[in-house]
Amino acid sequence: MGRKLLLEHINVPGINTFQVYKEKGGYRAVEKALKTMSSDDVVEEVKKSGLRGRGGAGFPTGMKWSFLAKPEGVPRYLVCNADESEPGTFKDRYLMTHIPHALIEGMIIGSYALGANTSYIYVRGEMMPQIRILEKAIAEAKAAGYLGKNILGSGYDLEIYVQPGGGAYICGEETALLESLEGKRGNPRIKPPFPAIAGLYGCPTVVNNVESIAATVPIVNEGGEEYAKIGIGRSTGTKLISASGNINQPGVYEIELGLSVEDFIYSDEYCGGIANGKRLKAVVAGGSSVPILPANLILNLANGDKRLMSYESLSEGGFATGTMLGSGGFVVLDEDQCIVRNTWNFSRFYHHESCGQCSPCREGTGWMEKVLHRIEYGHGKMSDIDLLVDVSKKIEGNTICPLGDAAAWPVASAIRHFRDEFEWHVKEPKLALERNYGLAHYADPLKIAEEV
Amino acid sequence: MSDKIKVTIDGIPVEVEPGTSILNAARQIGGDIVPPAMCYYSKLEGSGGKCRTCLVKVSKGSEKDPRPMPKLVASCRTTVMDGMEVQNITSPEVIEARKGVVEMLLINHPLDCPICDQAGECHLQDLSYEHGAATTRYEFDRRTFDRVDIGDKIQLHMNRCILCYRCVFTADQITNNRVHGVLGRGDHAEISTYIEKAIDNDFSGNVIDVCPVGALTDKTFRFKNRVWFTKPVEAHRDCPTCSGKVTLWYKGEEVLRVTARKDVYGEVEDFICNTCRFDKKSTNDWVIEGPRQVSRQSVINANHYDTLQPLPVIKKNPELMEANKEQFERATKF
Repeated sequence: MGRKLLLEHINVPGINTFQVYKEKGGYRAVEKALKTMSSDDVVEEVKKSGLRGRGGAGFPTGMKWSFLAKPEGVPRYLVCNADESEPGTFKDRYLMTHIPHALIEGMIIGSYALGANTSYIYVRGEMMPQIRILEKAIAEAKAAGYLGKNILGSGYDLEIYVQPGGGAYICGEETALLESLEGKRGNPRIKPPFPAIAGLYGCPTVVNNVESIAATVPIVNEGGEEYAKIGIGRSTGTKLISASGNINQPGVYEIELGLSVEDFIYSDEYCGGIANGKRLKAVVAGGSSVPILPANLILNLANGDKRLMSYESLSEGGFATGTMLGSGGFVVLDEDQCIVRNTWNFSRFYHHESCGQCSPCREGTGWMEKVLHRIEYGHGKMSDIDLLVDVSKKIEGNTICPLGDAAAWPVASAIRHFRDEFEWHVKEPKLALERNYGLAHYADPLKIAEEV
Repeated sequence: MSDKIKVTIDGIPVEVEPGTSILNAARQIGGDIVPPAMCYYSKLEGSGGKCRTCLVKVSKGSEKDPRPMPKLVASCRTTVMDGMEVQNITSPEVIEARKGVVEMLLINHPLDCPICDQAGECHLQDLSYEHGAATTRYEFDRRTFDRVDIGDKIQLHMNRCILCYRCVFTADQITNNRVHGVLGRGDHAEISTYIEKAIDNDFSGNVIDVCPVGALTDKTFRFKNRVWFTKPVEAHRDCPTCSGKVTLWYKGEEVLRVTARKDVYGEVEDFICNTCRFDKKSTNDWVIEGPRQVSRQSVINANHYDTLQPLPVIKKNPELMEANKEQFERATKF
């Protein structure tokens, strides 16, 4: 049984109310931070904890906080990125629905650490229920004196505002989020300057994921070093994983980083194995934008060791044999799933969500989608497969924001690992419309290169 | 100003003011190493970074931090650092990426150059001629839009637009009321006035000049003539609203259109007002300064026969060489 830090009291009835949350030890961290620690102490604790951003990129949160510019007389902002829209990821919504106060408490700690007196939670516009829940939670916290002027007599003032998004995936990119928050069209900004120097309204700003902010609560409660003991290597602490797809028990799980992928998929505590007694074919390990891996590569590393759920282990082997932890959207595909269709579906999403600002992504995502559509519906050509690889290469790395990369990686990796399935779709178009390619050799044990 | 800093672009060192972008540093050197730019416009603040044609490789970050930059960077929006080394045409990676960008820009472009008024002075045309492939690998229908008249003088031909945002910045920065913008996202994004409002402003005509392609065209010039049959002449008038410095485009005795004066990068020297642009189309309105010098390579020079070879005697006399430098350069190009 792994340790639960965020979801410890998830099953307590009424945990979404201030009363019950406080009874279960909530808001201890705020009291500790505001009464006994200076803001630099809090940043130091978070640095010591080794907490890495839970939104996808995995950048150390403490480092991000310490990079914040602190010019005199200029307000600073903490912005919570709750614009969770990645296909396959739904952990933040779960957290906000059931334990909204964990986020509010984290926001108070984070804002205090950064010296921000106004903080924003930018919530995806489609999550209207969560917006209401958060607003209720903020009102409760304010009534109890944890928000507003002179919190707990410490002289620190803080207001938190919830801002609904306008319905675009791209607004989850931090600079596009800031543009949107300012009331403009959500186009990503060109970096530098980074938000830590000039972010919201040109002021120094930190943008953090919901889970990263909530994770500061146990860090302050238990101390950064204690938190760092959980996990493995540089992947410290616990992580929420949104498990979905062909598994027996889909849902949000809190895992200690370092759990093996095999355990996560097959143990009854987590996913509970593949549904309907089927076999595992492929896994998208971190939300739609990370490379897809076939069964043999997701369970084991190229050298035969077990692959673990951690930032390092999942990306072991680079793009040739690895993937990324990303935002923790764990999508499991069984032997009946079609990789071509899945890739097309992802590609359709990125085509729809490209902001249209820079040309490779605007034109390239649509092109890839059309070619994939053609292959999936039996009109593909052999040359299309290489064309897709080439187009994805032309997009990757040449765009302003990571959406271009996110659109290119799933396509490039699907072709890298499942090329024969694509070829089968081209060679047997009629058959491909009737049945699926099946598991083929994707779960066969890896040939391990002998070390010389 | 503070001390100048040194950068090396394709092996050519240049000293520039701190805060200069790589693109502008390259423009100070000039010649083939200048990255092409479709969306950057030095007169418009905040422009650039979108088209990705100006991507370059930074092989050495600076003197202090010599690490190369991990990705190709947009040279128009990256400022130079002391000791920076940049590769543009010497890097195969950059050439490859640029070829990709040009291909992407063209997949939804109608390629209707034979009937496009911009042909001959179109940046996309030049760019694809230099960097693009001769054929396309795109086999699907191109996105299409209806032509829209925005105001009585300007026509928007959205099919040709490459979404450089220059006209949006122009309306923001040189007029006091922007009524058009970008609607939608991805490849269905479009320049629009939302509910087909007319753009009515004294300086609205400048969007025609900043448009790198034929998406925004001058309705008073549409289908009148090809640019390479017209002769550019510099002229000015005493204008109460703008500087009045323009280029008149003549066909015979007739002024077919009036534009601002554009430099080698297609950027105007001064924005001009609509009165100068649309209403003063008679030689009597203007004080003629002389013929406009257009790059020898430009198609606009195609039908002009005023370039005779310099006499052989010039070659022997350094003073005459100096006086006829330009003529001499042209002759050696053949």
